[in-house]
Amino acid sequence: MDFELMINSFPKLLNAAVVTLKLLSVSLIVGLFIGLLFAILRLNKNIFINKFAYGYSYVFRGTPLLVQIFIIYFGLGQIESLRSSFLWVILKEPYWCAIIAFALNTGAYTSEILRSAFQTIKPGIIEAGKSLGISNKIIFYKVQIPIAIRQSLPAYGNEIILMLKGTSLASTVTLMDLTGVAKYIISTTFKPIEVFIVAGGIYLFMTFIIHNLIKFLEKKYSY
Amino acid sequence: MELLAFGDTGWGDELFRATVMTIAVSITAMLIGFSFAAIFTPLKLSKFKSLNLIANIYTTVIRGVPELLVIYLFFFGGSGAIMFVASMFGYNEYIEINAFVTGSFAIGIISGAYSTEIFRGAIQSIDKGQFEAAKVLGFSKFKQFYKIIIPQMLRLAIPNLSNVWQITLKDTSLISVTGLVEIMRQSYIAAGSTRDPLFFYSFAAVLYLLLTFISMKLINKLEVKYSRGY
Repeated sequence: MDFELMINSFPKLLNAAVVTLKLLSVSLIVGLFIGLLFAILRLNKNIFINKFAYGYSYVFRGTPLLVQIFIIYFGLGQIESLRSSFLWVILKEPYWCAIIAFALNTGAYTSEILRSAFQTIKPGIIEAGKSLGISNKIIFYKVQIPIAIRQSLPAYGNEIILMLKGTSLASTVTLMDLTGVAKYIISTTFKPIEVFIVAGGIYLFMTFIIHNLIKFLEKKYSY
Repeated sequence: MELLAFGDTGWGDELFRATVMTIAVSITAMLIGFSFAAIFTPLKLSKFKSLNLIANIYTTVIRGVPELLVIYLFFFGGSGAIMFVASMFGYNEYIEINAFVTGSFAIGIISGAYSTEIFRGAIQSIDKGQFEAAKVLGFSKFKQFYKIIIPQMLRLAIPNLSNVWQITLKDTSLISVTGLVEIMRQSYIAAGSTRDPLFFYSFAAVLYLLLTFISMKLINKLEVKYSRGY
């Protein structure tokens, strides 16, 4: 055990953890909107819209995240019209490519979580709202969405933790996140176990915090 | 389409071999995972707190740390650990383990943590009366376990295990960082030499979709088989 290396690498890894958290939070926020949009599309009665939303979540849940990042980072640059458009400013940055891939990926899982949450809402609750003369729109925003969010909290907590682990793939497109820096230190010092303990410990700490935060929210919004 | 031709002109046969490799690694990793689950599930269910703790550390650490980090640990630390063990037996030559073994072990340990949780849940949800009835009928411990508990447990576990299989299948793409030529690595090589990453990575995505689709169909059949009588 090389304790000196562990102590020396700790601040570096902690700095890299900030990058990981940034990637995680931005992609979760974008992914939540994508997920909500596609969950609503899934509940649409129009079969084409419905199938389109199903196809999206099927493809993104059925393929590895690594493939998705590579298609966006290496693949999209090949399209001439994209390279000359304003989108190129975003797509040439590995940071944004990683976030797009993460957001689309977590969006697919989130849409499934929210869809099943919407479907478990008892019809009686919606009917009660209707009989009180509340408009459909307000029922949706004030009744259905809050209940769905409460229902999906446990599953969404798991998704956040999966996404935290998913952000480690950003290191494959040259980003120096926690895993990226850990790999760099391992390959320069050849002390994999020490670095694994420190980096793994930071990841575990983050999982622990997320886990407890979700538990707290579950308690707060339980009825 | 020429890019996918078999033989020297295209990448068809290479990608086909890579797909077989992905399947082979996934199955090996899944089986290694089952062996880990076979060790850690009894520990989780044990009456002794210290044994519970060991199993809990295993599942919590592995499920809380990114797969890629575990793979790097094995990739950089694997041969060192083997050499350390070998040196205790007086063998001091350099030992290199190949990417297939490292990869399947890394992924296997990860899938084992998920399988452990699933087996634990499944065994705990079997009716207590089943254990008691088996005891009353004078079955030996061994027979109780293999003839009564395992068949019932499998019925409950298979739907969740199919999720683990999907996760394992997708995780194998991460082994490409160690240089093992599976779908992802082969697409990387092909994309590099043809300068057509969009096509090859999209094709890799299609291959993975196909694998998940076919395996879902097969697992559904298994599920039906083990739910006979329910």
